[in-house]
Amino acid sequence: MTDSSLLRRITDPASRADPYPLYEELRRTPVLHEEEGGAYAVSRYHDILALLHDPRISSDDRRLADRGDDELPGPEGTVLPPSFIRLDPPEHDRLRRIANSAFGPPHRPHRIDGMRGELAGIVGELLDGLASAAAGGGEIDLVDEFAYPFPVTVICRLLGVPREDEPRFRGWVDVIVAGLDPETRHDPAAPAQRAARQARVQLGMYLAGLVEERSREPRDDMLSDLVAGRGPDGAMSTMEVLSTAVLLLIAGHETTVNLITNGMLTLLRHPEHLERLREDAAYGVPVVEELLRYEPPVQLLPSRTCITDIEVHGVTIPEGARIWLMLAAGNRDPERFADPGRFDPDRPDNEHLGFGSGVHICFGAPLARLEAQIALTELARRLDGPRLLQDPPPYRLSPVLRGPRHLPLGVDGVRPRQDG
Amino acid sequence: MHEPYHEWLRREGRIVVVGASLAGLRAAETLRAEGFAGSLTMIGDEPHPPYDRPPLSKAVLLGRAAPDRTELPRRREIDADWRLGVAAIGLDLAGRRVRLADGGEVPYDRLLIATGVRARPWPDEDEARLDGVFVLRTRGDAVRLHRRLKASPRRVFVIGAGFTGSEIASACRQQGLAVTVAERADAPLVGALGSVVGAVAADLHREGGVDLRTNVQVTALEGDRVGRVRAAHLSDGSVVETDVVVVALGAVRNTEWLAGSGLAAGPRGVACDAGCRAFDVRGIVTDDVFVAGDVARSPHPLFGYQFLSLEHWGNAVAQAEVAAHNMISGSSDRRPHLWVPAFWSSQFGVNIKSIGVPSMGTEIMITQGSLAERRFVGVYGHQGRVIAAVSFDNTRWLDFYQRLIETGAPFPVEFTTVDRRPEGRRPVPAAFPDPSLPTHGPTVTVSGYAPSDRRLVFTPARP
Repeated sequence: MTDSSLLRRITDPASRADPYPLYEELRRTPVLHEEEGGAYAVSRYHDILALLHDPRISSDDRRLADRGDDELPGPEGTVLPPSFIRLDPPEHDRLRRIANSAFGPPHRPHRIDGMRGELAGIVGELLDGLASAAAGGGEIDLVDEFAYPFPVTVICRLLGVPREDEPRFRGWVDVIVAGLDPETRHDPAAPAQRAARQARVQLGMYLAGLVEERSREPRDDMLSDLVAGRGPDGAMSTMEVLSTAVLLLIAGHETTVNLITNGMLTLLRHPEHLERLREDAAYGVPVVEELLRYEPPVQLLPSRTCITDIEVHGVTIPEGARIWLMLAAGNRDPERFADPGRFDPDRPDNEHLGFGSGVHICFGAPLARLEAQIALTELARRLDGPRLLQDPPPYRLSPVLRGPRHLPLGVDGVRPRQDG
Repeated sequence: MHEPYHEWLRREGRIVVVGASLAGLRAAETLRAEGFAGSLTMIGDEPHPPYDRPPLSKAVLLGRAAPDRTELPRRREIDADWRLGVAAIGLDLAGRRVRLADGGEVPYDRLLIATGVRARPWPDEDEARLDGVFVLRTRGDAVRLHRRLKASPRRVFVIGAGFTGSEIASACRQQGLAVTVAERADAPLVGALGSVVGAVAADLHREGGVDLRTNVQVTALEGDRVGRVRAAHLSDGSVVETDVVVVALGAVRNTEWLAGSGLAAGPRGVACDAGCRAFDVRGIVTDDVFVAGDVARSPHPLFGYQFLSLEHWGNAVAQAEVAAHNMISGSSDRRPHLWVPAFWSSQFGVNIKSIGVPSMGTEIMITQGSLAERRFVGVYGHQGRVIAAVSFDNTRWLDFYQRLIETGAPFPVEFTTVDRRPEGRRPVPAAFPDPSLPTHGPTVTVSGYAPSDRRLVFTPARP
């Protein structure tokens, strides 16, 4: 096959700003397999959903016949055991249950909802910070100055990283996330990769210290709960806690950045919805759901495989083959969504694939939803006369975690915080 | 029927819905959503607007939800004439009228029967009247039972370990109350899920601190001099002192009001076709009477066209939507109701869900997880095909098994799965009790082929 094969065109950075016409082409072949040893791309909604619930599909990349070039880098370094995102049941289930007992119902039903005020506070401060930049020249970068710092601060508060350590913590995360960039990640000698490895070690050591502290003196935070192990499954080992913490950090970071940035970009392209959100904060709920369908931060799941030969649409996918589940293509499948190319938050029955489905459905979904709802609503309320300065904006390279690298906006000002 | 008729019907016809619970409400909403502009009358024997029943045996008993706060969320305005607290007592099929308990009559052009089921009462009426003897089906039942549980009874005695009985036992244990459960089968949930899975349910009961008595029947409830229940007598000769008895012996279909109407209605429900049109006793389908929800029994192509009665929340919604659509549509626009049965329960901290018709299964194999860990998926086979599946804390996989059921996938299940254990390699007998024996357990009742077949009479479980 030549470089013009469809999957290569999809992964080509030149397609990043608008991959949707390629997805439309892709859906014409429900299971596309273009190259010997290459991936099987599944792009229709119902097929993807079926495979996400299929117990013959594995998320454990040790099951892959060819583990080679992985588009979605794992969060775990060489030292940590695999986190649950890359494990199958029953091990996946055990770790996820323990993680969940520190995160959501029934053990911690108020963990996320209880962060509402804190999230609003973080967003408020970031927007206050934008006020001076906006006054200075009327130009801001929504990624660097807002969407990027937000989720890492949230995860610090969730895990229980002390405020005074947040800048250090953020510093390591910045370097690690930079190391995930497809441009450099296959070159272990690249400075970004060396720095990332070093940052991982430092972050790991820091977290290990914190875990130790929390096991001696528990507080009301997630790390304390993870090491305490309240549920019937007991506690995680220290290594498992570290692995889980790093997973939450990485998996919850760029996805949230992209959700917020894609969100603001979409709202500025459809200003009537931005206007409506400004007037009605409750509109943030359907807006975020529609964003997860229309511009999902995770475009595809690139490293599932099958543990036995399976047949999809008459195509046999052999055991161990790499399967790409094209979530963003399924989200615009006209067989499932009427007028799929239209951004329509009022759409009924919006069961999008933005968070995946099945046992690996996004663990942090409740938090991501809340973060995006609060961030977008506050941006709509407080930015005065926001406008896109570059459309399309420059994109990050990854075809998996897709989003703008920068989103330069012109603004006339930032309105003061509203109380309540 | 010609299109002009349906146009007229949609514009100014009269539709009467008997049964103002989940199915009735969703049907009414669908009628309006699809443009029905005529008059709509909702008849319900309970005084409340439609409310949700699943929380009554869970959150309401635990005091986590107020019983009067379980009203069903409305999808839209339905602009109906509500006749609540008035039961329908008769149907004049030829004259197209519903007779009401208050002496009134309501004429219709289209009728939907959604009268559901009620709790099967304790067969001895005097014993059933003792203070402290409860059933649980309605909001009123839940209020009374919850009030009594809050008064710290010394022991709660539950008759019947089907889903409702098990959920009640679980809720009582969660509140620290002493609980005895009496079950005539060899384990809880046996009628619905068979003995293999029932054994797991028995472990859940016992580990949850329930005094579970199996293979016993309750022979009598004993009252004290002032008419309060004080003990239950069992067929093994034992006597259990108790001050609260909950009778959880399944449901009785509310079809008595149709006796003599000429509809194929009986203890197993009201027979209807896949389009929800009621059959009359001659086996001829009517065109103006429709049925939906727990009271309906209809043939299902996935299960050999046998008539199924489903006491399932999701079925009530799906069937109501189909019935409503078909009520105001010409024959070529009608849709079949092809819902795959699905049922869930939550008890002793475990989420149980089944799809398909487990009780038709002759064998079961555990395709994921393990019985011993109480987290598993079990697949039921019937004549070489996958007919049903059940999960304990593994709900997220069931969509896959639903497709196996829908496609009649071969059984035994040969392929491997991400969590297949050695114990799941071969099928074992599912061990359902003889289906001709009455049981309170199944939430799906397979009730034969013929719409007016009355040979299978459902008799209450009597000691």
